[in-house]
Amino acid sequence: MSLWRKLAGVVLGLVLCASVAANWLAPAGYARQYREATNAPPSRTHWLGTDEIGRDRFARVLYGTRISLLLAPAAALLSTLMAAFVGGLAGYLGGAWARMAMAVTDLFLSLPWLFLLITARALMPLNVSPLVSVLVTFLLLGLLGWTTAARVLCATAGSLRTSDFVRQARAAGLPGQRLFWVHVMPNVKPVLYAQFWISIPVFILSEANLGILGLGVAEPMPSWGSLLKELEGLVSVGEEPWKFVPLILLVVVVTSFQLLLSKQEEVAA
Amino acid sequence: MQSLRWKIAGHALALLATVLLGGLLSATLVRLAPGFDVDERELDPHLNAQSVQALRDARHQDHNVFRFYFSYMKRAAHGELGTSLALGQPVRTLLRDRAPLTLRLLVMGLGLAWMLTLTLALSAAWLRLSVYDTLTTVVSGTFLCIPAAVLALLSVLWNVPGSLAIALIVFPHTYRYARNLLVKAYSRPHIITARAKGLGEARILFWHVVPVVTPQLLAVAGVSVSMAIGAAIPVEALCGLAGIGQLAWQAALARDLPLLVNITILVTLVTLLANSGADVIGCVARRQEA
Repeated sequence: MSLWRKLAGVVLGLVLCASVAANWLAPAGYARQYREATNAPPSRTHWLGTDEIGRDRFARVLYGTRISLLLAPAAALLSTLMAAFVGGLAGYLGGAWARMAMAVTDLFLSLPWLFLLITARALMPLNVSPLVSVLVTFLLLGLLGWTTAARVLCATAGSLRTSDFVRQARAAGLPGQRLFWVHVMPNVKPVLYAQFWISIPVFILSEANLGILGLGVAEPMPSWGSLLKELEGLVSVGEEPWKFVPLILLVVVVTSFQLLLSKQEEVAA
Repeated sequence: MQSLRWKIAGHALALLATVLLGGLLSATLVRLAPGFDVDERELDPHLNAQSVQALRDARHQDHNVFRFYFSYMKRAAHGELGTSLALGQPVRTLLRDRAPLTLRLLVMGLGLAWMLTLTLALSAAWLRLSVYDTLTTVVSGTFLCIPAAVLALLSVLWNVPGSLAIALIVFPHTYRYARNLLVKAYSRPHIITARAKGLGEARILFWHVVPVVTPQLLAVAGVSVSMAIGAAIPVEALCGLAGIGQLAWQAALARDLPLLVNITILVTLVTLLANSGADVIGCVARRQEA
């Protein structure tokens, strides 16, 4: 493991630990309003200042990081499982099934990812409780993000279908279901792992995009998207530089993922 | 030549089927969305019971998504794209008025992105300096980690054109592929030999490298169009640019069925045309090389 990858792992570990320990590091919580200190600059009591309604920005960053870092892997898991089911089965069955499954994935892939996401998210209920909005946002990412992975898995399972050992197992009379679960799926596991890890930073960035466009997690629940929305009101960069902390943290986390995943991308390809 | 014709025909057929399916998919999504059948005009106290009923009857045909889609396609064949529910204007007029700005934004954004991509990728392949390579990779990697909407916000903050924001959103994706392709092409044995024999860099590039990388670069160019369209939505929405991207955002938020179906079809069509065009040109390039 290279030094950079080790460093990326340590950074990710630290950020994850800090976000999980948000209850202890920021005991007042993300929704508590300090009405006497709205739009306050960083101080001893509020390390990153407060927002326009007096909520502690440091607490919101910690809780927002926790939401993104815990739910993006959950969405990635969902999309990987869907990709494994659709792509793996289509590749294994081949013929008309594979063509049909790939036609569906092509349909999804023909639409730009952000356009598809915005359209689908806007059609979901918007006036919901913050917790439901978190679940809807990440569920949607999981349900729509499987197509690219399905294509890769279809190709991998398709090549396994025609491999010697699968042919031999089929000739020996092994039932199709057992062949699929015992011989095909274990061999696509590395690709599945790679697709899972690759999806995480993609989903983190997608949630941020949705949040800035007002289609992400609902207030008062914080997320990187809603935290970055604060940048909209800035007049100049030097005015309130502490408002860039969520952006810097996001870039650091996604960069750490990219560094850690450099090997996984080769497997996925 | 025959196979190329078949390829074009196949692409055209797939394109038509995907566009039709894309439109149907978006119509179905809007139909299933909560609040679909709500019309705030019904709350107007000036309207009597008959007027409210007339409003409901007017929306009645939209209840069956297949019927709506079939009648929409029939009207679209005659150039009638319907009226936007949220903006109260003909969809055709809205698209016609906003298309030039988006087109200009996309052309300039893609032009800038590819200029940056090719300049940095070619210089990385030529120089083969690890420091330079790391620097360009770090720059493109950093942009890759910034959400598209943040780049749009920063472009407003720094007062730079939206096309530059689109370029910076697309560039890191295209750079990674272009750099890898060019570095791989330059490490081919016959190119190393040509360099060792003192052949000029320009001759190596245009005679040996360009023919090898053109088909793949064209494929990436096709995909970059789709990326740029996706990037145009946050850029136009957040920079206040009245283009198709902003219209798509407004249509999605307002659940404007006629507008959303038309935009989905338009976006699908442009994306697929770009990909198919790149594929066909790439096929011709491969043929000429062979």
